Amino acid sequence: MNPTNYLYLSALLFTIGAIGVVMRRNAIVVFMCIELMLNAANLSFVTFARINGNLDGQVVAFFTMVVAACEVVVGLAIIVTIYRSRRSASVDDASLLRR
Amino acid sequence: MGPLAVLAALGMLLVKKAVHSALLLAWVMITLAFFYIAQGALFLGIVQVVVYTGAVMMLFLFILMLVGVDASDSLTETIRGLRPIAITAAIGFGGLMVSLIGRASLGREPIGLEAANAAGNVQGLAYLLFSTYVFPFEVVSALLITAALGAMVLAHHQREVGRPTQRDLSEQRFRSGSLATAAGLPGPGVFARHNAVDVPALLPDGTAAPASISETLRARGDMIDSSQFQLDHINTEIVEEK
Repeated sequence: MNPTNYLYLSALLFTIGAIGVVMRRNAIVVFMCIELMLNAANLSFVTFARINGNLDGQVVAFFTMVVAACEVVVGLAIIVTIYRSRRSASVDDASLLRR
Repeated sequence: MGPLAVLAALGMLLVKKAVHSALLLAWVMITLAFFYIAQGALFLGIVQVVVYTGAVMMLFLFILMLVGVDASDSLTETIRGLRPIAITAAIGFGGLMVSLIGRASLGREPIGLEAANAAGNVQGLAYLLFSTYVFPFEVVSALLITAALGAMVLAHHQREVGRPTQRDLSEQRFRSGSLATAAGLPGPGVFARHNAVDVPALLPDGTAAPASISETLRARGDMIDSSQFQLDHINTEIVEEK
């Protein structure tokens, strides 16, 4: 398949993830949308690795995966801590810093 | 499979329950794994399945179980005018990206990974990882350890107040308002008629006692009406057998 199609797919998935981050209220769903954006970026890394004919893009995608895994671990721990103290996983309720 | 991935991602935005979005995201990740393998990134495809759909998504589902599956998202907008602005901005951004990709040209044909993968994809990646990228590799490993430590610190939960003992609970029962529940809540079931846990006990005046049912069953609505077991609905005439 033409590599450009993968780039289109990557752009679409990234956009959908961005909409999700802005529009959804549940912190876990927001988190999953961030994962979607990271995955979309990974797809374009892999595609560009193929276009350029070297493996550097794949190495970068691998690092992205590791960093995303770290981010998920810490983020979910934060969500659980917030849920424990506030009984809610909505991003709108955690507005303590505003006041 | 590309359209399927886009549909699943759109569904992720539109479904109400967080569990359904998690499953749709798992599907998107599996399709991405196929695309990786199709593009010569065998190692990344396998890692995508193992790490993302295996570990990360299961972590998400686990946290969803912890936080409550029924915590469905309210799709009402809390900031006024956010949704049209978000959708407009997203369409603008997506259109920009798509038109950019459509117009840009690399000026040459894609090379393909046949030469780079000549000694095997995993071997090629390992060679790069342990030569050119060895420092970022070490930094990333430090990050991973720090993240694991951070998660342990965040998830650690120390009780500030000691757990109430049986004695405390008993004193609290006697001191709080009525003595009706001092001896504990009534047990469920109607004597000799029904002993299931989903039937509320009957009080002496014949009314049902909802306090005798487990709160979970009550919340789920799995409560059987106990009025059919009341004495005045039962034929109490004694029929003599001959």
